[in-house]
Amino acid sequence: MRGALFVLARLARDRSALVGLVLILVLGLAALLAPVLATHPGDVFEIHPAKRLQPPGAQHLFGTDRMGSDIYSRLLYGARITILIGVIAVGASLAIGVPVGLAAGYYHSWASDLLMRVSDIFLAVPQVVLAIAIAQTLGPSLPNVILALSVTYWPWFARLVYAETRSLEKEVFIESTAALGASPLRLIALHVLPNVASPIIVRASIGMGFTILTAAALGFLGLGPPPPTPEWGRTIAESREFLPDAWWYAAAPGLAIFLTVMGFNLLGDGLRDVLDPRIRRAGAAVRTSAVNADV
Amino acid sequence: MSEPRAAPLLEVVDLARYFPIRNAFGLRTGSIRAVDGVSLAVWPGETLGLVGESGCGKSTLGKTVMGIHGPTAGEIRFAGREIGGLGRRERRSVARDLQYVYQDPGASLDPRWKIRRLLHEPLQIHTALSRAERQDQVEAMLREVGLPDAHLDLYPHELSGGQQRRVGLARTLMVRPSLVILDEPTSGLDVSVQASVLKLFRRLQAAFALTYLFISHDLAVVRAMCQRVAVMYLGKVVELAEAAVLFEDPRHPYTRSLLSAVPVIGGRRVTRDFALEGEPPNPRDIPTGCRFRTRCPLVQDLCAVESPPLRSTGGGLVACHFA
Amino acid sequence: MPMSELLSVSELSVEFTTDRGVAQVLDRISLAIAPGEVVGLVGESGCGKTTLARTVLGVLPAGGRIRGGAIHWEGRDLLRMDARLVNDEIRGRAITFIPQDPWSSLSPLFTVGTQIMDLMKWKSPRRGVTGTRGHWPALVRGYPGARRRADREAVLDVLRAVQIPEPERALRRLPHEFSGGQRQRLMIAMALLPRPDLIIADEPTTALDVTIQAQILRLLRDLVKERGVSVLFTTHDLGTAYELCDRVVVMYAGQEMESAPTDAFFERPAHPYTRRLLDSLPTAGGEIRDIPGEVPSLIGPPPGCRFHPRCDYATAECRARRPDVHAVEGAHRVRCYHPVIAA
Repeated sequence: MRGALFVLARLARDRSALVGLVLILVLGLAALLAPVLATHPGDVFEIHPAKRLQPPGAQHLFGTDRMGSDIYSRLLYGARITILIGVIAVGASLAIGVPVGLAAGYYHSWASDLLMRVSDIFLAVPQVVLAIAIAQTLGPSLPNVILALSVTYWPWFARLVYAETRSLEKEVFIESTAALGASPLRLIALHVLPNVASPIIVRASIGMGFTILTAAALGFLGLGPPPPTPEWGRTIAESREFLPDAWWYAAAPGLAIFLTVMGFNLLGDGLRDVLDPRIRRAGAAVRTSAVNADV
Repeated sequence: MSEPRAAPLLEVVDLARYFPIRNAFGLRTGSIRAVDGVSLAVWPGETLGLVGESGCGKSTLGKTVMGIHGPTAGEIRFAGREIGGLGRRERRSVARDLQYVYQDPGASLDPRWKIRRLLHEPLQIHTALSRAERQDQVEAMLREVGLPDAHLDLYPHELSGGQQRRVGLARTLMVRPSLVILDEPTSGLDVSVQASVLKLFRRLQAAFALTYLFISHDLAVVRAMCQRVAVMYLGKVVELAEAAVLFEDPRHPYTRSLLSAVPVIGGRRVTRDFALEGEPPNPRDIPTGCRFRTRCPLVQDLCAVESPPLRSTGGGLVACHFA
Repeated sequence: MPMSELLSVSELSVEFTTDRGVAQVLDRISLAIAPGEVVGLVGESGCGKTTLARTVLGVLPAGGRIRGGAIHWEGRDLLRMDARLVNDEIRGRAITFIPQDPWSSLSPLFTVGTQIMDLMKWKSPRRGVTGTRGHWPALVRGYPGARRRADREAVLDVLRAVQIPEPERALRRLPHEFSGGQRQRLMIAMALLPRPDLIIADEPTTALDVTIQAQILRLLRDLVKERGVSVLFTTHDLGTAYELCDRVVVMYAGQEMESAPTDAFFERPAHPYTRRLLDSLPTAGGEIRDIPGEVPSLIGPPPGCRFHPRCDYATAECRARRPDVHAVEGAHRVRCYHPVIAA
């Protein structure tokens, strides 16, 4: 899409957004190429008790954990888990939240109020707490983590889309297209949605970061996928009893989480700067340049 | 008057549109009676002007006829069919024949759509034409409004204001409506640009056999474009007559004041003669009886008691006890 | 330079930096206003009338730059004077301003009285000349009681003159409690209070309904004639220029085209653009004539006379060099190689 390339080009000019983009690309590559990049691919399942808790060195880039497995390799495979959780949880939240927001925003009925009150309830509870409660109830597993995160995150999209839709419906072009005879479906899908896409994309990016962080928290608390799954949060939990001697055991996954979340946040901020002002400025440029104004 | 004509294309009967006034608690404390009992007819092929100052209700009337607002009371008959009470879905089929042009037609274009898609859309909504057939019609329409084919691949913000206006008009006319409501189409335009726009309206009217309801506060423009003119004040029509009659020999005191307020180049100076004092009353607080009585030079006791109906006198209709 | 001229703009050029390039907004404009004269500056969008008004006032928006020329006020060039002196003595005092938009010209937070008295504190005609030395910071400056009382009386007088009902009560009200027409009267009052020699009015009636406009025009005309104040009045509405002005100057794309006493301007226009402009005014049920072509971009404008691309009489001369001023008769002047002079 020409639009996407344009956005990327603008994004590249913002240094922090570029950093974010790079970090995420690194994450993606790590996940994709884990089998290739890992020095000890087998260590996801194998254990080597003799080599336990070795500090970072030539053989093991980030050292070994309590089972003697190579932390670096486990991290790479852990990236897959991380991305999987993030993408599915945010994807599911989008799939639920966006239609709810569109419908509630477009129609002015008691149903819209009801939908928004429901999402308010979800928003009122701190996400982590809610996620913990759900995961606790359902039991520690990967699908349950994703479920818990989706359930807690969809209201953010719903509320965002609702607010944007409500403000958009005052725009002349929406009213005039309706006057032209367009059905609500056409209006919502083809006119409202593309115009609210920017804030959704920004929120999705930041949401990825947040979701991943919460997933790590759940993993840390033992509510995530059970061992031997190399989930990052769980790895940190495992490392607790060996600190501060085996510092690498916590530092490596911790650093990975930090960089990933920061990457998504920077990208989200950069996208926010690029996407919205561009549209507004492009429209405004024709109207307010000194040449056209009442000079 | 010539021999009896066919039925009117548009007829409103006692149309009213009120807007609720709510206090801080959201409770309704009153209404703004933006349109308060208006009856008029628009005949096929004519251009009917609707004039008045801000707050008179002319824009609200246009939007209510169009269905942007629902009527509070009264009837709207279009091509013989009552449309005021239609549900949303049925209303959409009326859109094919009854269209509305905003003051800034360029703003009616989705900024994220290309011109091509914007012009195809009305046909996609209302017809089952194939893509190629639609493209033919789009190109023909572009020629009518005087735009080059190359514009099809541009976005609205890449066109000038005047070009956006033409695209907006083209979009409205794609489905060949029979009646077009023009809401302040020349407001804020430069004199020469206004002339170009008016010429375009005339040409399109001839090309597509359009009927116009021309809403404007600019009396000179209305005089140039309209065969008949209705004058509104605070939600009611106070005078309705053929343009020549209205401008030469206005009967209602408000019409007279309005016309005398308009600077006429080469004529007597308004600044020397103009006599209408005061301001229009607050629309939340409309006077009893005749609405104009607070500023009217002919006011008498009857005016506070009884609101004058529109009655026929000589050249047209006037709502005044003493005109 | 004759002292009968209060304001004399000569060869003023202004440019604006925009996203797309540098716009030559004013091209060597010359304009003179005599004491007590009401001059109308008419033209369409992009002609530069608002920029000219703002430049005389000294409030160019960001991105604007004066490239040349002079603005002589009572013999002194405002562009070369000390900026603080101009700000203190001239702007808001000798030269005042009535803006176009009555809705956003007053702060919504303070009463009308507070805002007007604040104006009087700095710009009252009873205030002594401060000179450029001894400047106390604005916050610290006092407002002597005797002068304040005299100023307040003057304020009430002027409010009565602009027909604001119950002036004492009005001073205690907030701006949003007034209608558009009333706010414009307040702006006129504020423009008159410093007893200026020149008022610059930027489309003061554009935002008003026609009946209110008629009241304001009448009021303005009466007041300025009474007080002998000069007015520079910009508008795109030729009708209001006809009503208010002694002399009309028409501008196009940053150049001045014609200047004439009002009746001569409308009855015997000499410049092809003026003639076309007057022709395109809507007439009763008749033909509608527009001007072919479009207003040129001011970024890279046409050379010579900027109207030549749309002019029926254009020749090579018109393209090459801006025309000199040609006197039609008396005070009627036009910049054109082919003016249409009625026989």
